[in-house]
Amino acid sequence: MTPLIELSGIERVFLLGDSRVHALSNLDLVVQPGEYVAVMGASGSGKSTLLNILGLLDRPNAGRYRFEGRDVTTLSDDERARVRREKIGFVFQSFHLVPRLTAAENIALPLVLAGVEPMERKARVAQALGEFGLSSRADHRPDQLSGGQRQRVAIARATIMRPRLILADEPTGNLDHATGAEVVHLLETLNANGVTLIIVTHDVALGARARRRVTMQDGRKLADETL
Amino acid sequence: MVLAMAIGVAAVVVLTSLGDGARRYVVNEFAALGSNLVIVLPGRSQTGGFNPVNAITNTPRDLTVEDAQALLRAPAVQRVAPIAIGTSEAVWNGKLRDVTLVGTSAAYLKLRRMELAQGRFLPAEEPHAAAAVIGAKIQSELFGATPAIGQTLRIGDRRVRVIGVLAPSGQGLGMNADEIVIVPVALAQAMFNSNTLFRILIEAQDRALLEQAKTQVSAILKARHDGEEDVTVITQDAVLATFDRILTTLTYGVAGIAAISLAVAGILVMNVMLVAVTQRTSEIGLLKALGAEGATIRNVFLAEAALLSMAGAVAGWLLGESGAFLLRRFLPMLPAFPPDWAVVAALATALATGLIFGVIPARRAARLDPVEALMRH
Repeated sequence: MTPLIELSGIERVFLLGDSRVHALSNLDLVVQPGEYVAVMGASGSGKSTLLNILGLLDRPNAGRYRFEGRDVTTLSDDERARVRREKIGFVFQSFHLVPRLTAAENIALPLVLAGVEPMERKARVAQALGEFGLSSRADHRPDQLSGGQRQRVAIARATIMRPRLILADEPTGNLDHATGAEVVHLLETLNANGVTLIIVTHDVALGARARRRVTMQDGRKLADETL
Repeated sequence: MVLAMAIGVAAVVVLTSLGDGARRYVVNEFAALGSNLVIVLPGRSQTGGFNPVNAITNTPRDLTVEDAQALLRAPAVQRVAPIAIGTSEAVWNGKLRDVTLVGTSAAYLKLRRMELAQGRFLPAEEPHAAAAVIGAKIQSELFGATPAIGQTLRIGDRRVRVIGVLAPSGQGLGMNADEIVIVPVALAQAMFNSNTLFRILIEAQDRALLEQAKTQVSAILKARHDGEEDVTVITQDAVLATFDRILTTLTYGVAGIAAISLAVAGILVMNVMLVAVTQRTSEIGLLKALGAEGATIRNVFLAEAALLSMAGAVAGWLLGESGAFLLRRFLPMLPAFPPDWAVVAALATALATGLIFGVIPARRAARLDPVEALMRH
């Protein structure tokens, strides 16, 4: 089976003034379709940089990244945008909902960007709202929603294009314990349905739920355990 | 910013309608005089270097009624009306009023495109008749409800019979046609005790023959005045064209000045859009993460700039039109309608500046790095 993600020898260097900071150095990582991976590590360990590179938001300085067996390090910005649109869903710690748009409109954004017809868009958004228990909140703007509801809207938006990979950056970081657990359950349900899930967190309890844990330190992979 | 755009467009619309209104006002005034008109003034208005003849006979010869009659021989001339003008007093039934006395001939009515309300105009066949045609205001002020036709009016020391009343016509280049009394030119000259004319008005056969008429008139008068060119012949067309040109240039100039305010509005568009890009950096990052291409984001911001300037332009247009409406309301004689070219140009300039100044912010948004954009929250 072709791995979904194949990183080999990834380097990412930032220039901070005169000093060069190795955010990632010589990193290899292979993720199979359907895996549930937690990327752990203290802040500054390079886990966010790893997530940005996995999500095609950032380019490595060296190394090769194959996504579905295809080398994506050499793609143009627009081609990478297309891959993100069709294959990858993002869930952020601070939700990143557009405050002027309603829940339904926020969920519809990727469909609009992909040029999906309004009729089909409406049907798919309505279905997603139903699946995530947001039907009664469809016309509410983000500031009228609770934290858990906002993150559910964000997850609905991340999954509306039926991506193969979901990247979640501290998805429970801004939520209380109960709603955090609810959101994690939601993400795990998606994973159970075959979507590859990569969660970046420094929450040990959350990391412990994943079948595979990758621990980062100083831009290197410290441990890679599969339960 | 929308307001700045609106004010810019409104300024263009109002100022051009003012300029164009002034132009039309002047053109209309001249047209009221009759359009195929050639005017002869006594004396030479231009200096053509030192002329020894001028040094000896300094005073130019006067224009006379005979001069006017002689002009009828010119083939390109259709009508000729001599004019002698002065002020006098009109008295009827103990009521006295200052009037402008115009001595002329039967051709004057048609030549000046005037209309009679009652009676008839001066008879062509009786150039010495003691008859008068009075203006509408004279009629109402002197005679009131009494029928004026047939009444005997005393003007100066003469008695004349009122044979006609002019239809009210309003202003005509400084001379109010409602306050004049028209008498045969011979009578007027007798009253003023002079045989000179103030002007000779000539109507050419046709607009195309205007220049010919002018040349012929000059030639005839030169022959009659012992070979000396001591009159000035102007065509109304020339005067009209000059005014038209001056006022059109003025309108363009004013429009240009107003257009500068549109450029200023364009810079405001750019600043507003730059602020918008900064404020929405994280949203732009989000759109990029969701898979928006650079072109999509650029177009979104361009569309916003276009919509903002369009809103401003339309608001300004309505504002300008209502401004022009108010102008027409308070200055009824000024036909202050904004010319179509000005409206189109103002709207197009507004939209174009909005788009041009929107390009820089839009490109900046499109080029934002998604990672950095997302982090700024």
